[in-house]
Amino acid sequence: MTAEDWAWASARDIAAAVARGSRAGAIVEAALDRIARLNPLLNAFTAVTAERARARAASVDAAIAAGKPAGPLAGVPFAVKNLVDIAGLPTLAGSRINRDRPPAAVDATLVTRLEAAGAVLVGALNMGEYAYDFTGENSHDGPARNPHDTSRMTGGSSGGSGGAVAGGLVPLALGSDTNGSIRVPASFCGTFGLKPTYGRLSRAGSFPFVSSLDHLGPLARSAADLALAYDAMQGPDPRDPVCAERPVEPVLERLAEGAAGLRIACAGGYFRQGASPEALAALDAAAAALGAEREIELPEAARARSAAYVITTAEGAALHLQRLRERAADFDPDVRDRLIAGALVPAVSVVQAQKFRRWYREAVLRLFDDVDAILAPATPFVAPPIGQKTMQLAGEEVPLRPNIGLYTQPISFIGLPAVTVPAPTAGGLPIGIQIIAAPWREDVALRVAVALEQAGAARAPRPALQS
Amino acid sequence: MNKDGELDRRLDALIDSGTTLLGLPVAPEWRAAIRLHLAISLEHARAVAEFALPDEIDPAPVFSA
Repeated sequence: MTAEDWAWASARDIAAAVARGSRAGAIVEAALDRIARLNPLLNAFTAVTAERARARAASVDAAIAAGKPAGPLAGVPFAVKNLVDIAGLPTLAGSRINRDRPPAAVDATLVTRLEAAGAVLVGALNMGEYAYDFTGENSHDGPARNPHDTSRMTGGSSGGSGGAVAGGLVPLALGSDTNGSIRVPASFCGTFGLKPTYGRLSRAGSFPFVSSLDHLGPLARSAADLALAYDAMQGPDPRDPVCAERPVEPVLERLAEGAAGLRIACAGGYFRQGASPEALAALDAAAAALGAEREIELPEAARARSAAYVITTAEGAALHLQRLRERAADFDPDVRDRLIAGALVPAVSVVQAQKFRRWYREAVLRLFDDVDAILAPATPFVAPPIGQKTMQLAGEEVPLRPNIGLYTQPISFIGLPAVTVPAPTAGGLPIGIQIIAAPWREDVALRVAVALEQAGAARAPRPALQS
Repeated sequence: MNKDGELDRRLDALIDSGTTLLGLPVAPEWRAAIRLHLAISLEHARAVAEFALPDEIDPAPVFSA
């Protein structure tokens, strides 16, 4: 295998190769070299943990040489959004202010679990400040750049996660998703992304944004790699009170079932309004590949987005209130101004939004009596140019930053699991489709994702990158 | 609503009084963006408030003792 081959190998193939005798050390060295060459172009990494990675890879190789079983992610390089704790580094959460925090004492739970499965952490990834972002832009670290066109946004807030996976710097990354921050960069960068059920994966050791909406999850270049990572990360965690007391329910072994027997529908109404021709074509192609002829309406989806918006801006403001008082000038201006506005939203609005959330949850869950999975666009359009401030929505010019998550917010609002898959487009830039399932049915969403891959309707495109 | 800048004046009044009471700084050059985002947030809040809910419905997050 050449270094280029390793760069585009799946996590599953890397782990299989290491189990057969390929050296994790060589694979990790190839990843570090590629990061050094391409990160100046993509700006995906904010820290590279080369020394730690080499030591970890050596221990993986030593364990296998000693006859111990190779883990399911043996030798797989991975990186994490820089709101995830890495022992010895301050957890930036995309901010300038957090650079003054002491280094994390221990790794986040999910980092520990991935490394226990044999994966090798290679660094921390760029992100929108404090995760209040759908663009991948960052005034402190510079914008993460889309590997398919470096003048365009990665999407955010897990922008570095999307760029690093799409650019072949790592086969696996962790992101966080409060309103769409895994699914949006997966769509713009052409990767697969899994936002699990709320409470499914531990958030312990990650910098929060909106507690009742925050999720962590993986981005990768195939559905099987998402499943592999997801299986390694599942399980209760006393460090996160939100993490469910559910046993591990492995999904990898269920992928071979494909979409056979699953009832799949497309989300209509709200989820078609404002969508670009590319988004609608991708959705229709995915539906056709799956034979999904039925269209259903998520009741009050626009209002659900409004409620998620209100909760997010108010809770985000509450989280950062003291920092806004003391260090407002040190915030990314685009984030600061939204947070100050959020501090002025009346408390009654937040309580109403949380009550509406229960109504909406019950109404949407009833839909799953008749369907197993729902398809919807992940973003209204392909990646916009970096710096763009407004967008066209249903013929009206609206601010870009608050509106990219139009189709993701009504889903995460009630914690439904959703996989974003990259669909081929005529214009060359990728766009994602969400596969939405009932709570705790990540297996269903991932099986549909595999079916789309097998039908040629989902594929992570390889960009032409030159360092 | 924004006839003759009336909405902007009301938003500015809320920004002035709210940020003063909360101890938040507002530089003059930040105001237009804060006003824009406040208008968007309050419009979303209005959309939520318009939906009639039963008095008995519990908020989604449930406290457990």
